[in-house]
Amino acid sequence: MTSVVLRDLTRRFENVTAVDRLNLEINSGELVAFLGPSGCGKTTTLRMITGLLLPSSGDVLFDDRSIVTVPTEKRGAVMVFQKHLLFPTISVGQNVGFGLRMQKVEKKEMDRRVSEMLELVKLPGFENRRAHQLSGGQQQRVALARALVVHPKVLLLDEPLANLDANLRLEMRELIRHIQRELGITTVFVTHDQEEAVMLADRIALMFDGVLQQYDVPQAFYQQPSSVRVAHFFRNDNLLGGTRRGDQVETALGVLQIDAARQRILDGAVLVTVRPEDVNLTPNPEAGNCVEAKVLLQVYMGTHTQVQLDVAGHTWLVHGTADFQARVGDPIRIQLPQPRIWLLPVS
Amino acid sequence: MNKILRWLVLAIIVITALAPILPQFVWSFSHRWLFPSLLPSQWSTEPWEYVFTATSRVGEGFFNSLAIAVVVSLLSILVGLPASRALALHNFRGKSAIEWLLMVPIIVPGIVATMGIHQVFIRLGLTDTFIGVCLVHLIPCIPYMVLVMSSVFANYGTELEDTARTLGAGTFSVWRFVTLPGILPGLLVATMFTFLISWGQYITTVLIGGGTIITLPMVLFPFISGTNYPNAAAISLVFVAPAILVLIFTSRQLGRESSVMGGFGRL
Repeated sequence: MTSVVLRDLTRRFENVTAVDRLNLEINSGELVAFLGPSGCGKTTTLRMITGLLLPSSGDVLFDDRSIVTVPTEKRGAVMVFQKHLLFPTISVGQNVGFGLRMQKVEKKEMDRRVSEMLELVKLPGFENRRAHQLSGGQQQRVALARALVVHPKVLLLDEPLANLDANLRLEMRELIRHIQRELGITTVFVTHDQEEAVMLADRIALMFDGVLQQYDVPQAFYQQPSSVRVAHFFRNDNLLGGTRRGDQVETALGVLQIDAARQRILDGAVLVTVRPEDVNLTPNPEAGNCVEAKVLLQVYMGTHTQVQLDVAGHTWLVHGTADFQARVGDPIRIQLPQPRIWLLPVS
Repeated sequence: MNKILRWLVLAIIVITALAPILPQFVWSFSHRWLFPSLLPSQWSTEPWEYVFTATSRVGEGFFNSLAIAVVVSLLSILVGLPASRALALHNFRGKSAIEWLLMVPIIVPGIVATMGIHQVFIRLGLTDTFIGVCLVHLIPCIPYMVLVMSSVFANYGTELEDTARTLGAGTFSVWRFVTLPGILPGLLVATMFTFLISWGQYITTVLIGGGTIITLPMVLFPFISGTNYPNAAAISLVFVAPAILVLIFTSRQLGRESSVMGGFGRL
């Protein structure tokens, strides 16, 4: 059980700043996702936690103690990479036992812990197989067992599900969650898939261009994104300009009532957003917070209807019910429910 | 159909590889073999008896060639392994210049370079010495070592080493348990290459060895130019034996490790 703190962590490569003054606290036993498009600095951060890469400046702390001067092999931060998973020249059992062998653990004890760990990842009795005899998913699980068997302080997973097909992905996700809960190991995993991060992580650190955008529980990224870019990454491009005054926002389409206590933006110019699934396309005639829009396009998606609207010159995407019917070009009255309105800073 | 084709290709390969050696074999047991007879009119084991006499210097040449080739192979590993790793896994200033320079000995005829080196070696007192011959053999050998091994390193990557490190393996353990086992098949093939290149050197050995260091090709050459075909044939069979052994060994390795030959794509 180890807590991890990143303090002003920075890494520059020649003239590119891959990670820029990253500040982050990971609680002991927490499962955190580093999320972002490729090249955003998430893997670089992971490598700095392991010590495979030294920071240009800043600090990494395990249990409040700086470990930047500790070499990788003594940190107890074990990393599982997305490819080249297993040592090809030795058996599965030897793979899992590798870390224990490095610790000079006695043979009998080693065998016991290896078989125990293979059972945990649901590959009992696989000790004598070779890496190339296993499927991709099995290799992934062996790699996980190999990391867990040394009781790491911190477990680091680089895109653990990227190379698996959809079914295996689901299975592996469950397994990681289950084991992580059971062993209580502080875990960080890197992913570019926001769905994966949302389903697996306790908290998500979203990074763009080496800069941390938001570090929060998954729900917050949907209901309280910190910027237009963050909202966009979580597939919300519904924006409407306005001016906040207390618990009201004045827009081109009239005054909207907001939950003032929920907002983080002060009075002044703001952007109003409501997620596609939160806009009400069929409000009661007397409902408040309604605005006029125009239907641009509608696509039947099976479980719902995706409707494109023109809201005061902005294109909004809204999820209607599967039986929603409207004609393209028709005006439509939509409701922006007061508790669902979120204000974003004007970028 | 497919099977027949495969056998046909295999047969062609075997024939083209072995056919040139077959007449040598016959020659080495002949006393008189004149055109147009299909086989020698008189057979003899004299050429082989000659090979094993001290005056033939075949034994001396064989052991000199062997010693030089072994030393050259070890030196090639010593120099080539770190170089190929650096070229495969790191980016640094002047990298493409170094890659190009490594190709130069393959492009420039050895005799041209050796003549220049000869001048330098005279001043350094390296001519007519064993180590001088070894050093000059390194010139054509190192490019092959680096070509093969840089492709092996690039293919192997660093993830496994990094994994081992995070699992608690120190620098030596990473090398011993992860890097070395991973690159070993490629390293064996590359070493075979350098061994054979050194083994087959003639001009460089003559120029730098100055007749003091007698290698097998130097023993063989006078017989070929002197038209004593039976003796030349016997010695040439001694000369070609290691090559055939290496061919058999590497073809099995290459079958498994296709990445080994990848470096030649750069040529």
